[in-house]
Amino acid sequence: MSDILSPDVLLPAVVLVPLLGAAVAVASARAAAATAVITALLTAAIAVLLGRAVVAGGAVTHAAGAWGAPLGIEMHADGVAVLLLVVTAAIGICITVYATSYFRPIFEDEEDRGVRFFWPLWLLIWAALNAIFVATDLFNLYVCLELLTLPAVAMVALDGDREAVAAATRYLLLSIAGSLLFLLGVAIVYSGSGTLALAAIRESGMDARAAATALTLMTTGLAVKAALVPLHVWLPPAHAGAPAPGSAVLSGLVVKAAFIIVLRLWTEAFPGSLLAPGADLLGVLGAIAVLWGSLLALRQQRVKLVIAYSTVAQVGYLFLVFPLLLEAPGPAWSGTMYHLLSHALAKAALFLAAGAMLRAMGSDRLDDIAGVGQKLPMTFAAFGIAGLNLAGMPPSGGFIGKWLLLTAALSSGQWWWAVVIAIGSLLAAAYVLLVLRAAFLQPRARPLRHQPPWQLTAPALALALLSVVLGVWAEPPLLLLGATAPDLAP
Amino acid sequence: MNLIMASSWLPLLVLLSSLVPGLIIVFLEEERVQLRTALNITGAVAKIVFVALMLYGVTHGHTYAWSLPVMPGLRLNLVADPLALLFVALSAALWLVTTIYAIGYLEGSPNRSRFFAFFSLCVTATAGIALAGDLFTFIVFYEALTWATYPLVVHRGTPASVRAGRTYLAYTITGGTVLLVGIVWLYALTGTVTFVDGGFVEAAAGGAVTETRIIFGVLIAGLAVKAAIVPLHGWLPVAMVAPAPVSALLHAVAVVKAGAFGIVRILYSVYGVEYATLIGAAQVLAVAAGITIIYGSLRALAQDDLKKRLAYSTVSQVSYITLGVAIVGPVATLGGLVHLMHQGIMKITLFFCAGNLAEVHGVKKVSELAGAGRRMPFTMAAFTIAAFGMIGLPPTAGFISKLYLGIGAVQAEHTWIVGVLVVSSMLNAAYFLPIVYRAWFEDAPTGATMGEAPWKLLVPAAITAALSLGAGLFAAMPVSPLELARLIIQRRYGL
Repeated sequence: MSDILSPDVLLPAVVLVPLLGAAVAVASARAAAATAVITALLTAAIAVLLGRAVVAGGAVTHAAGAWGAPLGIEMHADGVAVLLLVVTAAIGICITVYATSYFRPIFEDEEDRGVRFFWPLWLLIWAALNAIFVATDLFNLYVCLELLTLPAVAMVALDGDREAVAAATRYLLLSIAGSLLFLLGVAIVYSGSGTLALAAIRESGMDARAAATALTLMTTGLAVKAALVPLHVWLPPAHAGAPAPGSAVLSGLVVKAAFIIVLRLWTEAFPGSLLAPGADLLGVLGAIAVLWGSLLALRQQRVKLVIAYSTVAQVGYLFLVFPLLLEAPGPAWSGTMYHLLSHALAKAALFLAAGAMLRAMGSDRLDDIAGVGQKLPMTFAAFGIAGLNLAGMPPSGGFIGKWLLLTAALSSGQWWWAVVIAIGSLLAAAYVLLVLRAAFLQPRARPLRHQPPWQLTAPALALALLSVVLGVWAEPPLLLLGATAPDLAP
Repeated sequence: MNLIMASSWLPLLVLLSSLVPGLIIVFLEEERVQLRTALNITGAVAKIVFVALMLYGVTHGHTYAWSLPVMPGLRLNLVADPLALLFVALSAALWLVTTIYAIGYLEGSPNRSRFFAFFSLCVTATAGIALAGDLFTFIVFYEALTWATYPLVVHRGTPASVRAGRTYLAYTITGGTVLLVGIVWLYALTGTVTFVDGGFVEAAAGGAVTETRIIFGVLIAGLAVKAAIVPLHGWLPVAMVAPAPVSALLHAVAVVKAGAFGIVRILYSVYGVEYATLIGAAQVLAVAAGITIIYGSLRALAQDDLKKRLAYSTVSQVSYITLGVAIVGPVATLGGLVHLMHQGIMKITLFFCAGNLAEVHGVKKVSELAGAGRRMPFTMAAFTIAAFGMIGLPPTAGFISKLYLGIGAVQAEHTWIVGVLVVSSMLNAAYFLPIVYRAWFEDAPTGATMGEAPWKLLVPAAITAALSLGAGLFAAMPVSPLELARLIIQRRYGL
């Protein structure tokens, strides 16, 4: 029995189980929903078991086929990786439950809303995400990134209307361009260092100029996929156009995976680059993203677009890590990762709540949802709690992340980043309020088209509450993050 | 009795006594009036019992502390020192009367479950602010209070109240964020956030005078929004569109008080008045408070809307607290601290009465008050007592506040402050006495409706009016606000 629970089984399983689920979902459309639910529970259990193993005995590694790096596939899960796996699993379960109801036609004249394709796409994305979190070399990262991007693009086009297809096409073209840049960088790294394993690249003594070129290309490519300003234009229509459970995955998790790869490149493969002006440039772009994304969110008329622009802003916070990491490594690292995790939960909750509003009212325009707060109390409660997280209000994981990032900025004397963080959270509060005030306006006569069942309300509320749990019970995850902070010594 | 003395759970129980009813009420159906009322009253009474137990323990030399680790190096610390008790006792006592008032006031109106749920959350956050043992805990509850209050401000759901809610949040969230930056900055500089009697900044970072000066400014600027110090007071008069019990909450129990209490904490437990004076910060704050006192009174004079007049009066009166604690010396501090309680009980009385006038007779303007004393004798009697208190006439609570503030200013050789107190008291008289005169000595317009408010609206006002009188008459009794404030001073100055 203990063999089954060993990391040598769990590490491949956390990728293979959702992959297998996707295959079954393709094979049998009728069994797809049931398969997805079972897969979600199983994957979550594996993630939790892996987490327990790492908490008990430190990071775990598995060499597939007993070929170690650099030849074979090596999988590695440290504290950061298991936190990502577990949070992804929590979101995964909620999205799966949600999707069992979301695609169900409300009226007889409604056509098939793409549920057949949703299940395999979603499980494929899950497998690719998990694979990225445990990958240790550039080749695997590249392959998994492609495995992630293609179903993500298809997810956007799922609704099939013209706007969604246009958004998906734009997403696809930019993503492919990003992939090519990334691949080019990988090729330069391989020719310069003779290896693709992140840790080995660092030791290889690669030519500095080649390294800088490669890192620039790869970072730019990934910045497209992470939607860093000014490469963000594809995101709002794509994330707002996807069906709600798809938006939750894309905004909550998929953009984060690209960021994680950037962060690992800069800290594990090329830590010396943090001294370069490029690190400051990433910080500046992040700051612009925080402010510009928030201001655009404030100008939107639809709930899903508000949330989508909010993702542009919230991704900006993540890139503030680069100028902060060298001078305040502890709080900058923990703060960024904590922000990432709590934002993933909150953003997924927001999209699920927005989807419930959309199903209930037939529209997610701010004018149309005015005054329906009393009719959709659970949905607006979820939206409110998750929204407070975005604004970094206590008690929430977002607050802990904000506290740590502010600590990083102010303890290293870089007060200007603190100003950006502070203004960003004010703007976040403003765009959250844009939606929330609708809950308090006097009720209108307009009836609900459809009272959302528990499958559409409970998952959003659960995720919102989880983001609050992260704000109260922060010590264990922060200790886990602190123990796996990158070693930046040159 | 040993069990009470030893129980470190009491501070948490104070919070839970309002949090738990609030969380249950969220899920209650609108029609479950009796269960909701029972939950509210039980919670409010339980809170008073818990506070009373702690009061007993603290006056006998015990300190209660409860804490929960949140992140490495930072905990949620609830500590019941005398200063915390001063505020938590005020909010617990006023929560009970305001709950009774709100039950009567909102009878039959929609969304009462939502109202009382957030009302309870507000009081929970206020208790957390009062009992916070460090700046981290303080900001957590301070921000929570901001959000918990919003649904109450916009309760009526009219476009006007939603606009007022937006103004309220724009001010308070900005203030909260500025405060957060200040706290994190201080933490980065000193490595600690834990309150210490007499302050910790000088010992931890006394060398970095410029930086501590700037941080002081940032902290106070953040707190000054809720404390309604000019020019950051703009939200308070706008928030008047909220229902009367919410006004009571904003002005007397929770929000404004949270800001003033935060300033007291900064001066008393973070910087220390002596160090704040040494770096020149306390003097600037005292001047700002002085300006606010005069400005608020002048604006109050010009308002015909009764609630607006009371709102500007709050702007003015709350700054007495700041003024008192910004002056070095035990007597001035005593005056400021005791006013924290006195202003609360007097101002809540005025708002209860204003609510009664508006609810029963539709009287909302000062110019409509002629003969109000005959129309609602008990309500107007309560109003008169509280108004005399605000002016500072003996033997009301307000007299005690102003007496100690005046003596403290003389002791500290700040004669300009005595001038501020005199001018402000004259202005207080100028905007309150005409109300009293008109109510009692002018005749009601012909055809005016007569009749007292229902008991649920009347009894709370009567209780707080009696307290306003009692806190002055029996100021020397062992459980009076003055004695509690004296206990704080004794700990600090070793008198």
